[in-house]
Amino acid sequence: MEREDNKCNVIVVGGGPAGISCAVTIARAGMEVVLIERGKFSGSKNMFGGAIYAKHVREVFPDFEKTAPLQRRNVEHKYALLGEDDGTVISYKNKVEGDSYTVVRAEFDRWMAEQAKKEGVILVEETVVRELIVENDCVKGVRTEIEDYYADIVVLADGVNSLLAKQIGLRGNINPEDVALSVKEVIKLEPEKINDRFHVDGNEGCVYEIFGGPMLGMLGLGFLYTNKNSISIGLGVTLSELMKHELKPYEMLDKLKAHPQIAPLIKDGEVLEYSAHLIPEGGYKKIPQLYKSGVMVCGDAAMLVNNMHWEGTNLAMISGKFAGETAVIALGKKDYSENTLSFYQKLLENSFIIKDLRTYRNLMSDVEERAFDFLGYYPEKINEFFKLFTAVDGIPKREKFRKFIKSFFTDRKISEIFKDAWTAVKLLWSILIK
Amino acid sequence: MSLEDKLYTVKYTPDTVSHLQPVQECCRVCKSKICTIICPAGVYEWDERLNKLIVNYENCLECGACRIACESCSLGWEYPKGTKGVIFKRG
Repeated sequence: MEREDNKCNVIVVGGGPAGISCAVTIARAGMEVVLIERGKFSGSKNMFGGAIYAKHVREVFPDFEKTAPLQRRNVEHKYALLGEDDGTVISYKNKVEGDSYTVVRAEFDRWMAEQAKKEGVILVEETVVRELIVENDCVKGVRTEIEDYYADIVVLADGVNSLLAKQIGLRGNINPEDVALSVKEVIKLEPEKINDRFHVDGNEGCVYEIFGGPMLGMLGLGFLYTNKNSISIGLGVTLSELMKHELKPYEMLDKLKAHPQIAPLIKDGEVLEYSAHLIPEGGYKKIPQLYKSGVMVCGDAAMLVNNMHWEGTNLAMISGKFAGETAVIALGKKDYSENTLSFYQKLLENSFIIKDLRTYRNLMSDVEERAFDFLGYYPEKINEFFKLFTAVDGIPKREKFRKFIKSFFTDRKISEIFKDAWTAVKLLWSILIK
Repeated sequence: MSLEDKLYTVKYTPDTVSHLQPVQECCRVCKSKICTIICPAGVYEWDERLNKLIVNYENCLECGACRIACESCSLGWEYPKGTKGVIFKRG
């Protein structure tokens, strides 16, 4: 086949939130765009907590709330600090505002891909791009299992493992400390039981962020989301921690499910599906080179995840949209050089995406260094405090309080307190000042 | 809940060839054999008798953790063919 027959304006690799947002932006400008998805359909290889954030979905699909398959609208956020067998939960509820929805990716990503198709995106499913075609250091197309396709621009939205970004040297190897391995179970539960157990009405939902428990002292977090007829429960632990402690992720999930604070929430539920996925958590310092001649990278493939705020799909969608807008400009100028595509990076830098990631640039490395203390010792001390505060044991209160305060100086070496304080100040400074 | 029971809930269209290709010479000298621990689907098992890494690739959830964790960076890892592998219905 002649090369020109197999050529279009833009090829987007990966039909997830980033790729779809990119492709639909290009199609809306009247350009030819092919979106290649390796799964049977969009969403079939994807997994997240999870919730999507309406503000950013609206920027790509303004009326999505009318027809998209949504599960529940989250009105309550709970922060659970779990000890070995006790726990403290802080809860924030707001029934009026609150703009996130739980979704099932196999439904929601598929819906977005269908919308994109309606707007002119050519969707090719069940096709794996094995490598990029590069000529004179410029990306010219993609090689699938079946044939070669050429394009003026290729956008990589091929997810956390992005073998393609690696192939062309946009990034090096991913380190175990830069990804979290997440496992999740979706547990069937009647809507009435969900509403009772989580104190919500109708289609309202509740989100749990879980610290400690089986992850005490480790860089890892648990999550629980309510769907219409099911609960999604899971955890994500930095891969280097799993390796260091030689832990099996699914055994940790079983421990979390059995924790007295969690077990009653999922009691008598039937496991519908188990899944696993990597989360890119390297943050600002590990963002790869985002573009080069003829190519841009977005979403998870570009490490664009704000783990502190559980934001990923929104960064994916907006980065995809920016890559799409940049592609449209480049196509208008018929100039696909690095210079033109650098506009993509500018858009990212001027947006919340890079600004937020920069704000938290030291978070992961600093917390990892003090994980035993910040994610182990202190959560346990909070539980210890509530234990003594709620106990009626005949011990004079002043004695108990003094003993508790004294314990901070006797539990660990005193130098540890200074190290914690120093890290906290350093971290706050980098988040708030510069 | 056993891992077998968990994996029983997952839908797959398995291929007949493995998309995961360890270099057995590297596995034999690998001390940690960390893939046998961290894999969320228990894909890798060390067979003492055969002195070989067994790869139950049909159970792979395609997360990529093994590729990053592999001590000798020797694991051949690629996505299964477009029509094959895991199909998450509730991810």
